[in-house]
Amino acid sequence: MRYYEALGLEPRLALDAGDLQKRFYDRSRQWHPDRFSTRPAAEQRTALEMTALINDAFRTLRDPAARAEYVLSENGLEASAQRGKDVPADLLEEVLELNMALEEADGAQVARSLGQFESMLAGVDGQLAGLFAAWDAAPSAGRLEPVRAALNRRKYIANLVRDARKTLETARET
Amino acid sequence: MFAIDFGKPKNEVVVGIDLGTTNSLVAAMGPSAPFIIPGPDGDPLVPSVVTALPNGDFLVGNPARRALVTHPRRTVYSVKRLMGRGAADIAEERKLLPFKMGEGSESVIQIELGTRTFTPPVISGIILRRLKQNAEEHLGEPVTKAVITVPAYFNDAQRQATKDAGRIAGLEVLRLVNEPTAAALAYGLDKRKEGIVAVYDLGGGTFDISILRLQDGIFEVLATGGDTRLGGDDIDNLLLRVALEDIASEWGEDLTKNLEAVQLLRRAVIEAKHALSVLPRTNVVLEYRDRRYARELTRDVFNRLVLPIVERTLAPCRQAMADAGVTTGQIDEVVLVGGSTRVPLLREAVERLFRAKPHCELNPDQVVALGAAVQASILSGQQTDKLLLDVTPLSLGIETMGGLVSRIIQRNSTIPASATETFTTAVEGQTNVLIHVVQGEREMVKDCRSLARFDLKGIAPMPAGMPRIEVRFLIDANGILQVSAREQRTGLEQSVEVKPSYGLSDEQVEAMILESIERAEDDFAERQVREMRVEADNVMQAVEKAKQSDAWFERPEDERESVNRALNELLVVYHGDDHTLIRVKIEALDEATRPLAETIMNSAVNTALKGTKI
Ligand SMILES: Nc1ncnc2c1ncn2[C@@H]1O[C@H](COP(=O)(O)OP(=O)(O)OP(=O)(O)O)[C@@H](O)[C@H]1O
Ligand SMILES: [Mg+2]
Repeated sequence: MRYYEALGLEPRLALDAGDLQKRFYDRSRQWHPDRFSTRPAAEQRTALEMTALINDAFRTLRDPAARAEYVLSENGLEASAQRGKDVPADLLEEVLELNMALEEADGAQVARSLGQFESMLAGVDGQLAGLFAAWDAAPSAGRLEPVRAALNRRKYIANLVRDARKTLETARET
Repeated sequence: MFAIDFGKPKNEVVVGIDLGTTNSLVAAMGPSAPFIIPGPDGDPLVPSVVTALPNGDFLVGNPARRALVTHPRRTVYSVKRLMGRGAADIAEERKLLPFKMGEGSESVIQIELGTRTFTPPVISGIILRRLKQNAEEHLGEPVTKAVITVPAYFNDAQRQATKDAGRIAGLEVLRLVNEPTAAALAYGLDKRKEGIVAVYDLGGGTFDISILRLQDGIFEVLATGGDTRLGGDDIDNLLLRVALEDIASEWGEDLTKNLEAVQLLRRAVIEAKHALSVLPRTNVVLEYRDRRYARELTRDVFNRLVLPIVERTLAPCRQAMADAGVTTGQIDEVVLVGGSTRVPLLREAVERLFRAKPHCELNPDQVVALGAAVQASILSGQQTDKLLLDVTPLSLGIETMGGLVSRIIQRNSTIPASATETFTTAVEGQTNVLIHVVQGEREMVKDCRSLARFDLKGIAPMPAGMPRIEVRFLIDANGILQVSAREQRTGLEQSVEVKPSYGLSDEQVEAMILESIERAEDDFAERQVREMRVEADNVMQAVEKAKQSDAWFERPEDERESVNRALNELLVVYHGDDHTLIRVKIEALDEATRPLAETIMNSAVNTALKGTKI
């Protein structure tokens, strides 16, 4: 997988943020176009391509969700186009409650729902960490499927959290 | 046998240039620190003003700024606000800048000065060439390479236009650097080894905010934001409008259409604005056609007027912090850049927002050029301990069905950045595919800024949906988009024709390279003489005017004689080719008219104090 190779990493779903950042800086120091501006055009081109790859890789890998999506797609598992849109069945009640609160601009209820969803998000993240570790220990397609399901669920909840926060913020400003 | 030691070939100097809306500067790296290269008049700032004289020559900088009043129809300023824009999107600018727009301004503005028209990159090129010449004079060697700064929030077309301006001026632009990032470099903030820094830059025409993480010599921009039509110009315009209304009610005369008067008044409100940065109150004074307008302006009133402008800068600051994922508490230092950050109200607002005392040790209108010189030395390999990692300020997207935007590179992505998309055909035998690329954060194409249309040509005729053309979008280290395409099956590079929505084609730039649009300039001495003559014109015109005043007839006989003598002596040397002699005579005339000028001033002040109109 090119993004992992670009940063000298083994393909793992669990990565250490500090280590990733350090690798990114080290490789930027080595390949950034600024280091090549007195070199021949061909070398400049290589530096540009390498740096673009390093930057794309770092941007993708530093975010756990984007990283997992990258690994999914490299393994031929496209996250579903519907992801983040279907309501997970077990959340239906909470979602309806939040939607109603958003509609009625019921700040107190929105805040309560937000707390609920935030802790759910933390729950999914914990679940994902476990799934990441499982895949890293023994990568297999079967262990990626649950990652995909958890990612879709995470995306959905993250959207709710974002909307609720925005509503509260605009309410606070006006 | 002996060998001749020619020494090591000297590295060619790379200069750093701040091409500002109001002022431009050039700087170079010294043995230990960057330094500003002053112009021949000793001024480190070259006002970004150009006058096209009837004989085909140009005035640049201070002489052109003075000519704003004497030759308002031949002089243009703040042209940076027109870079990379078309007629449809400069409604704001038209209100601000009194220039005449020529035909064919849809994708590139045509500025009419006298009988000729110029595009913004050419005007900027004329300014850049002056800076280049100043640097060559000062350093005693040719200068052909430069780093030029641009507002961080500049879009693709504005960046491309700046690069074109460099080429037109005969400069190879090694890199476009974002102004706030350059300022961070100049402050040498990497000495603190680690931390989060906010750079707030409010200049003459643009506002930028950048949040950076510094670590071991790496300047990593986390997020940037801004407004490319917000700056000191807007304050000036506001004050100008108020003063014009005030004069209209006092004199019963609307001066709005009177270019000369407007420029005089503009100068007066700018002076008042600057004074209010240090004084609690000042006067806006206009003397025009024997009439005098004077109005006191207090800092309180000024603050109330400019508050909305200050507030317009705060939302991008909050957005940039959110994008960077930092809270105010995490910001270790704040840096103020740009002349407009001298306004006390603004300093207070910034301090309150970031809860940190801002840095302003370095001169806010020089710091960007100094940083550009540091970046120039990094590019020429003289400094290897620092590295800038900058971002693209705007998301890049392509038009999809129903006028929607599909985003392919998010804003604040570290550059160079790339994205790959696969395209195919919709009908059988289709041989080309058109891709419309836009920049912006909105969902609809019509709300974003059109960047260019890319025509993928020469696709082999196949059934619909069969060809698979992989298109690579690459934003380079200058923040400028490059597009390439290949057919996946054959692996062949596909030809891509670019139709930029705004800007010049390569051939147009070629035709605008300065040597080809003007008579062969330029002997340095000759230019100095021409400039000095314009200077002399201005002075003589002022003296002739003063001689019409009552004060003239109040002066003693011998004094009037000596003024006339000085005037004649200046006329004698005027057509000679010794600029220093012309300067000496200008100074002599200045000296001779000093008592006269003082009398005129005093009588003006007296009438003003009495509160009566002349
Ligand atoms: N003492 C002062 N008080 C208020 N404003 C000032 C003061 N000094 C300069 N300015 C304003 O600062 C602006 C020029 O600043 P600066 O030279 O940094 O801008 P610039 O680099 O030319 O513009 P930009 O960065 O927007 O392209 C002008 O609008 C000028 O009136
Ligand atoms: Mg500036």
